[in-house]
Amino acid sequence: MRIKELILTPILSNNPIALGVLGVCSALAVTVQLKNVFVMCAAVTMVVALANMGVSLIRNHVPSSIRIIVQMVIIATLVIIAEQFLKAFVYDQWKTMAVYVGLIITNCIVMGRTEAFGMKNGPIESFFDGIGNGLGYSFILIVVGFFRELFGSGALLGFQVFDLTKNGGWYQPNGLMLLPPSAFFIIGIIIWVIRTRDPSQVEEQ
Amino acid sequence: MSKKGNESLTTIIVAGALCLVCSLLVSFTVVSLKEKQTKNKELDFKKNVLMSAGLIEPGVSAEVVESTFSKIKTIIVDFESGEVTTKVDPKNYDQNKAASNPEMNVRIPSGEDVASLNTRAKYAEIYLVQSEGGEIEKVILPVKGKGLWSTMYGFLALGSDTNTIKGFAYYSHGETPGLGGEVDNPKWKSQWIGKKVYNDNWDVQFKVAKGSVNSGSDNAIYQVDGLSGATITGNGVTSSMDYWFGSHGYKKFLENVREGRI
Repeated sequence: MRIKELILTPILSNNPIALGVLGVCSALAVTVQLKNVFVMCAAVTMVVALANMGVSLIRNHVPSSIRIIVQMVIIATLVIIAEQFLKAFVYDQWKTMAVYVGLIITNCIVMGRTEAFGMKNGPIESFFDGIGNGLGYSFILIVVGFFRELFGSGALLGFQVFDLTKNGGWYQPNGLMLLPPSAFFIIGIIIWVIRTRDPSQVEEQ
Repeated sequence: MSKKGNESLTTIIVAGALCLVCSLLVSFTVVSLKEKQTKNKELDFKKNVLMSAGLIEPGVSAEVVESTFSKIKTIIVDFESGEVTTKVDPKNYDQNKAASNPEMNVRIPSGEDVASLNTRAKYAEIYLVQSEGGEIEKVILPVKGKGLWSTMYGFLALGSDTNTIKGFAYYSHGETPGLGGEVDNPKWKSQWIGKKVYNDNWDVQFKVAKGSVNSGSDNAIYQVDGLSGATITGNGVTSSMDYWFGSHGYKKFLENVREGRI
């Protein structure tokens, strides 16, 4: 019961991007193409789940004076390992998003979860909390990526959906969608929709 | 020992043990995946060479790439003389690495450096596609130049007249996706095929046009459409063509190919 809750709450009611406004940097950077979004989401979900579990496993032995750096070392290790795996198994995607994979280290969601949850809870719960938050992050990224690729290049997952004017079709691609600021607008709209449906997420004035 | 001393000792032990475990994990993954990664990298490179000349379609299997690549010939050419050299082994030669190695490169005189590259390798790694009788059908040349944000690396394939473009592709660039990044749009690249690099006097005439190419003009054969929203990337492509096919680039080698000396 608790595990189900840990996985499901971060997706809508306590979404790390929509409620916490964390991890926005990578949501802007990698959402031009859905294919990259999926690779990024898988990498972040694995990293946050394993980092959370790793931190939780050693939480009772870590002196509090160095706890942040300990978390950082664990996260960085996992990110390097994730990057090595991407390089070995999905080389083409890795090539297009090389820098952003490394930047998972600085994704606030990962450290936010290890500090807020992993340091206080058991390893199994921490693992599923990580999975839940990874999925919450993925949910927003997939929605953003969907709209950006569809309206920015008239395609989904690389398949042409709208015929572009430059290829003799009817759709004139929206250049703004290809630039990072468009992700801001889409995330803004998602936050608006979520908070209209669930007013308890609105900050007090 | 005092409590305080004890605490710092635990801190050091925890930090040391953690670093040791983490470094072991990282080195284990790196070492065990290394072989697969180098394979990917080589395959990717070969794929790029072949794709630029239109010899394979995107998405073919690794075996097809290997077998097609084994049919083309790799040669090392001295830029200065334009002739084939055996001074370096094509297997271990990397033209891009050599360009930044002081022993293997030459500084480009500032007047010639239209593509702002500063240095170029002494030797070029060039690929020849030959017919069964050994005649050159296509010459695949590495081309690089600065775009708006990044250095763009690519290959250009010329026909046996060393003037007609048979194919072109960038394999690595960091231009804005959707704008300058459209340099790797297949539709755009397909326009290059059949265009000419040089005019009748063997001066580089090739250009990325501003806007669409006016198909009625005399210059249409030397031009491809500009990319909207990517003027600087387009200019970068033009100037890298200017440099690599000019007298400091492959011009001499191509002359030798035309006269049957290669």
